[in-house]
Amino acid sequence: MNWLLVIAGAVVGAPLRYLTDRAVQSRHDTAFPWGTFLVNVSGCTLLGFLSGATTAGAISSHLVLLLGTGLCGAFTTYSTFSYETLRLAESGARLQAAVNAVGIVAAGLGAAFTGAAVAQALWQ
Amino acid sequence: MPSDPRPPLAGEPVDPDVDLRVPEQRAETSPSPAPVLAVIAVGGVIGSCARYGAGLLWPTAAGAFPWTTLGINVVGCSVIGVLMVVITEVVTPHRLVRPFFGTGVLGGFTTFSTYANDVRGLIDGGNPRTGLAYMALTLLAALAGVWLAATATRRLLVHHREAR
Repeated sequence: MNWLLVIAGAVVGAPLRYLTDRAVQSRHDTAFPWGTFLVNVSGCTLLGFLSGATTAGAISSHLVLLLGTGLCGAFTTYSTFSYETLRLAESGARLQAAVNAVGIVAAGLGAAFTGAAVAQALWQ
Repeated sequence: MPSDPRPPLAGEPVDPDVDLRVPEQRAETSPSPAPVLAVIAVGGVIGSCARYGAGLLWPTAAGAFPWTTLGINVVGCSVIGVLMVVITEVVTPHRLVRPFFGTGVLGGFTTFSTYANDVRGLIDGGNPRTGLAYMALTLLAALAGVWLAATATRRLLVHHREAR
C-alpha cells in the first residue's frame, strides 16, 4: 500500500515538473532557469504545508506518502538544479550561477517555513 | 559579467529537461507529447521508489543529520553530470533517453522539497546548527558532485575521443 501511494504520486509529479518547466521556459526567453526555480519553491511550500498539517495531526500518513514522498519528491529536483547551476557557471554567467544556487536555497527554505506556518495557523 | 550568457552555449542546453530555444529540442515532443510524458512518468516512479527504499533502509531519526537524503541528492547530481556530458558531447541518443533518465529517473530520485523541509524541521525542532550545516553541506557537495562528474567524464570520454 505504501509503495503504491509513492508510485501514484510520482506518476503525476515527474511529468508535472516537465510540463511546468516547459510552460515557464516558453514564456521567458532567458538563460536563468526559472522553471526549476518555480517547481522547487512551490514543491517546498506544499511539503511544508503537509509537514505542518502532520504535526497538527490533521492529515494521515498515507496522504503524506502520496503527496509528500511521491508527488513533491518527484516534482522537485536537486539534480536538474545543480546541472543548470553548473551550465551557467561554465557559460561564463558565474554571478547568475551563484544567485541561482543561493537564491533557490533561500527561497525554498522560506517556502517551507511559509507552508508550515499556514498549516499551523489553520489547525491551531 | 556578460549581459547575455547565451552565445557561449551555442545550441547546447542550459536545461537538461528541454530547451525551447533549440529547434531539435522543441521537436522532442513532436508529433505527440505522449511518449515523452510516459517515459518521464515511468522514470519518475523508478527514481522515487529508489529514494523511498533508501529512506526505509537508512532511516533518519528525528533531530539527526539527514545523511540518507544528502547521499541521494549528491549521488543524483553526480550521475546527471555524467549523463549530460555523455548525451550532449559524446553520443547522439534516442530522443527519449534524456526525458527518461534526466527528467524522470534522476528528477524523481533527487528531491529539493524534502531537503528544504528537513532544514526547516531541524531549525524548528531546536537543532538549528545541524539544520544549517546540512543545508550548506548538501549544496556544496551537490555542486561539487555535478562539476567533478562532468569534468571527469569530459576528460575520459570527450578528450580521449578527440585524441584518436
